[in-house]
Amino acid sequence: MNPYNYLYLAALLFTIGAVGVVVRRNAIVVFMCVELMLNAANLTLVTFSRINGTLDGQVVAFFTMVVAACEVVVGLAIIVTIYRSRRSASVDDASLLKR
Amino acid sequence: MTTSTSLAYLIALPLAGAVILLLAGRKADKWGHLLATALSASSFGVGIYQLTQMLAREPEERAFSQKLFSWISVGTFNVDAGLLLDQLSICFVLLITGVGTLIHIYSISYMSHDPDRRRFFAYLNLFIAAMLLLVLGDSYLNLYVGWEGVGLASYLLIGFWNQKPAYATASKKAFVMNRIGDMGLSFAIMIAFATLGTVSFSGVKEASETASTAALTGIGIMLLVAAAGKSAQFPLQAWLGDAMAGPTPVSALIHAATMVTAGVYLITRSNFIFDAAPTAQLLVVIVGAITLTFGALVGTAKDDIKKALAASTMSQIGYMILAAGLGPAGYAFAIMHLLTHGFFKAGMFLGAGSVMHGMNDQVNMRRYGALRKFMPITFATFGLGYLAIIGVPPFAGFYSKDAIIETAFNAGGLKGILLGSTALLGAAITAFYMTRVMVLTFTSPERWEEDQHPHESPFLMWLPMAVLAVGSVTTGYLFTRGDGLVHWLEPVFGEHGEHEEFLPAIVVSGMAITAVIIGVAIALIKYQFSDVDAEAPENVTEFTRIARRDLFQDSFNESIFMRPGQVLTRFFVKVDDSVVDGTVRLVGRTALSAGSELRKTQTGFARSYAALILIGAVVLIAAIWVVTQ
Repeated sequence: MNPYNYLYLAALLFTIGAVGVVVRRNAIVVFMCVELMLNAANLTLVTFSRINGTLDGQVVAFFTMVVAACEVVVGLAIIVTIYRSRRSASVDDASLLKR
Repeated sequence: MTTSTSLAYLIALPLAGAVILLLAGRKADKWGHLLATALSASSFGVGIYQLTQMLAREPEERAFSQKLFSWISVGTFNVDAGLLLDQLSICFVLLITGVGTLIHIYSISYMSHDPDRRRFFAYLNLFIAAMLLLVLGDSYLNLYVGWEGVGLASYLLIGFWNQKPAYATASKKAFVMNRIGDMGLSFAIMIAFATLGTVSFSGVKEASETASTAALTGIGIMLLVAAAGKSAQFPLQAWLGDAMAGPTPVSALIHAATMVTAGVYLITRSNFIFDAAPTAQLLVVIVGAITLTFGALVGTAKDDIKKALAASTMSQIGYMILAAGLGPAGYAFAIMHLLTHGFFKAGMFLGAGSVMHGMNDQVNMRRYGALRKFMPITFATFGLGYLAIIGVPPFAGFYSKDAIIETAFNAGGLKGILLGSTALLGAAITAFYMTRVMVLTFTSPERWEEDQHPHESPFLMWLPMAVLAVGSVTTGYLFTRGDGLVHWLEPVFGEHGEHEEFLPAIVVSGMAITAVIIGVAIALIKYQFSDVDAEAPENVTEFTRIARRDLFQDSFNESIFMRPGQVLTRFFVKVDDSVVDGTVRLVGRTALSAGSELRKTQTGFARSYAALILIGAVVLIAAIWVVTQ
């Protein structure tokens, strides 16, 4: 199977994630879209690793997963805290930093 | 040339005095004046010792030098801070320290009621040190340090009573006008370095033999500007009259005997430059002739005794500059007149101080009169100085001034006749205005203000006056005996061949004495044998009106330099405000408004930020893609 197809898939996933981040209001969904983009990037890394026959890309993919896991922990904690205090998980409601 | 290690003490002693008195502050109030006087006197002692050392040697080997340290060493340009004591500088050293010490002694008494006497003595010592450095420096650069030092001391002492705004202004005026001269000296040094590659006296002398006339003329003219500034010569003469704002001992020491003669020293020291640059030399003569007439004319109209003496100083230095511009024939006579003038003019200034001391600081001569009876010693010492300055034989001024008039006539041709007549006319006017001072102060009927109790000054004040009076009587004869001073200075100025005599010496002397008698006679008729008003009369001739205003010197400076300068300054201030500041403010305003516009993009919506990041990333990648294709 042509390895470039994985790249097309990764591009598709990344686009879906990016559009999701921009379009959706619910913080949890936005968060999942971010994860989607991260994993699209992971997929590209692994694919290039396969194409070039080296392990570098796969190693980086592992790093990304570890960082993403940490990010999920911190991000979810923030979202839960915001939900508790404002009774809402909409990212547009949390716009206190403007101006 | 022999070297000596004790030259530096000459300068170090008074300098130490200045430093100690200024740093010790009020603690030194009790003994400061004594220390300063002692240090000045010991510097004079060192000077005498150096003179004996000199006399013990052959004339060709009399010059001493001492290298202090290597000052500037850049590539091929080397300047050592070194001292040079030769036949010319020893004259100045003894004049400065000798007259300086006498004036220190005088000031102990004169300034005894001044709460700031210690500061006054500190400045006097500073002046002595700077002036000694000026005459002892072995290069133009070392001379320049002393030159600026005496300028500073002069500024500090003119403005010594700076609580009076007019006095503070006078000191600033002197300083600013001196700056013009100082600029001339620095230009001369720069030209010398650029064209001759050296700034030491010996180096420049050697290089001047092969240098181009244009370069030497440039240096000479710049040196003349410097001399005009320091010696109050035309056209930079306007500060000297106002400099009389300083305490009278200062006027005697700095503005009569020593500092104002620094210009004469500079020109005679640079004799090798002027000898090789006839144009510059001619300018020197012209400046001298103009100033000697100018000062004499101003002196005839002044009622302030110190200003009359200041005008006379200007005129007498004009004589010296004139002599210095006459070339090898005149240098020695310039120095001779400088030395005799140092004695009689310092003595007369101290006499004026003594009169002011007895008359409640009154300076208006129209308010004096009949002081002969009340101040016999002052009258006698002032009188001897007076006889010396107008050139009555056998007093000092006769020998020196007569020699200058004679040399001026001998310059040859039309130039000689013009210069000689000017000098002769100056002698007549000098006799007139000095007789006027003498008559108005001492011999005419009294015109005092009420509550005046004139009295003779204390011993410490009249002792220096008496010593200087002895000098005014004897020095002329001593210097001319066997052409003593001329031969003494020959190693510095070089020998000069015999000039053709335009007129026999005896005829010139006769003419000079006749001129003096005419001047004295007119003054006697006008002031001794007719009534003098206690107030300056208003219905006077146009000439008197002009002379009272210093021949419009201040009006000229104000309208030609000061006002246009102020207009120019205001213009530049406006340019600075609108163009320079405007540009800066415009940049600031642009940044501010750009910031406040950009701030509006900060909406606080995380999604819009994300969208912007996305767009930015896409654009960036697209750009990279386009460029790399």
